[in-house]
Amino acid sequence: MLWVQVLVNGLALGGLYACIAAGFSLVWGVLNIINILHGSLIVLGGYLAFFAHQSLGVNPFLFAPVAGAITFLLGYLVQRVAINPVMGRPVLMTLVLTFGLNLFLDNAMLAGFKADYRKINLVPPLGVFEIGDIIVPIDRVYATAVGLLLVLALAALLRFTQLGRAIVAVRMDRDAAALMGIDVRRTYAIAFALGTFMAGSAGALLAAIFPISPVSSGGYLGKAFVICVLGGLGSIPGVVVGGFALGVIESYGAMFIGPEHALTLSFLLLLVLLVVRPTGLLGRRGFS
Amino acid sequence: MLVRIGIGLAFVTAAAALLAFGDNYVLRLATTVAMYATLAVAWNIVGGFSGYPSFATAAFFGLGAYAGGLASVAGAPIVGAWIGAGLITAVFATLLGFAILHLRGHYFAIGSLVVADVLREVTNSWVSLTGGGMGLNVPLLGGSTGTQAKIFFVAMALVAVVAVLVSLWIDRSRLGVALRCIEQNEDAAQVIGVDTRRAKVAGFAVSSLLTGIAGAIYASWVSYIDPSDVFDISLSVKPIIMALLGGVGTLAGPVIGAFAFLGLEELIWRNSLEFHAGFLGILVVLLVLFLPGGLGALRGKGAVSWILGRFGRSRK
Repeated sequence: MLWVQVLVNGLALGGLYACIAAGFSLVWGVLNIINILHGSLIVLGGYLAFFAHQSLGVNPFLFAPVAGAITFLLGYLVQRVAINPVMGRPVLMTLVLTFGLNLFLDNAMLAGFKADYRKINLVPPLGVFEIGDIIVPIDRVYATAVGLLLVLALAALLRFTQLGRAIVAVRMDRDAAALMGIDVRRTYAIAFALGTFMAGSAGALLAAIFPISPVSSGGYLGKAFVICVLGGLGSIPGVVVGGFALGVIESYGAMFIGPEHALTLSFLLLLVLLVVRPTGLLGRRGFS
Repeated sequence: MLVRIGIGLAFVTAAAALLAFGDNYVLRLATTVAMYATLAVAWNIVGGFSGYPSFATAAFFGLGAYAGGLASVAGAPIVGAWIGAGLITAVFATLLGFAILHLRGHYFAIGSLVVADVLREVTNSWVSLTGGGMGLNVPLLGGSTGTQAKIFFVAMALVAVVAVLVSLWIDRSRLGVALRCIEQNEDAAQVIGVDTRRAKVAGFAVSSLLTGIAGAIYASWVSYIDPSDVFDISLSVKPIIMALLGGVGTLAGPVIGAFAFLGLEELIWRNSLEFHAGFLGILVVLLVLFLPGGLGALRGKGAVSWILGRFGRSRK
């Protein structure tokens, strides 16, 4: 029975994890940039939800898209000002650039919000429901459901809208896309902003179930890495598979070797995967 | 050649003057700059020569610090502990290199980045050996604080000199040619018969050897280390910033960058304790956006041009 309970615990986080990684994967796949800033934007989304709940009593699950909209604007601005000039430059440059941006945002949040852990306390608490002996926390189910919904919305946007088709076209071949009349720079900016949208809304969902703090941004970034590599880069189904896989792996890892080693376990897994199968479970050959 | 000898003499004179007249603060700065130069020069062998964006410096530094620290605790003679720590780090890097150096671009960057995280957590958990999160007290050298400061400065400066000489030697050897071929086009390098895997692993190992020794000396120098200090991710990033400042892939660039970076860091630390990481971030962003070629790009623009023209000769 314990085995099933642990499996459920893991699955109950899967959709949220997919949401954490979807934007990261999109930015990596389309812009060929590893956005180190992603973890901090998740934290920022969490704080937005926290303050909205504290001052206005807004439900964090409903607030998630709003938090996303705010980080969308921020992301668009950042891309236009700082990232567009380095598009197409070597990995080292883009990585160091987003690292610098991350240092700045992290430090700004640390100064503004302090390092204390804060948590949204929903009144009344959502509680749990039970199926036989299995306990399922409702807040996690909500978070995973909303997270999955957002991931699906992103997938639909990429699949069915003109904007989404443009993003996919730029990912496949930017020169050909430009020749077809797509404004490549604008498309990059929007794709980046969509990535930060996902980060912000994931943060709001996280804040609804876990305590948040500026110091945890690195952990979220690590999770996004692992999920992308687990599922394979540049595909939405890959992110969903990776998200659920990480949820379950972390859950069993916590059972066998202790919850404090969950991230280390996933990093070790990441290293092994990189060595054995760098394209991920569902992935194609990524961009180098 | 004459210029090179001149620079060498100038450094030796400066070091001698420091030993004779420097107070502990100046010696601390000088030791730090020597350590930074070592890390940046060592990183440059991988990141600059072969163009592989390595974020493994923190892993090697921390491993060296703990290996050296534990050896001293066990009673090993100090210089032996330092060199032994470097060798252990190099063995680790060789194995790691065979595992992750076939990755390219972002995948390699991430792979090298998480190694430090894994090592940090292993160190944290292995309490019986490392003391875990409580840290490790490394035995002090005898003597007054002044004498100790001088000894560590000399040790770190010697390692920095060795690092520069090694990087000079690699640059002129077959290994250097192989690494630069890999930087330009790895597939083509393979086609013309460069054993790319061997070259990459060799570069990685040499780089880690120097980094590990610097870590071990650091451990003895500060005499107390803990996992979050010596496996800190910023240790991976700072050398890259230094190399970017001075010019990636050049011989003198990382050294010049180490001096420039330390100056900026002191300036920032002095003026803002609370927000120094934020300022560092802004600095990095500005650097990448406006001076991607390093300070050398300022050449021909005023006073810096002469100095950089002398020292910052790019070989790329």
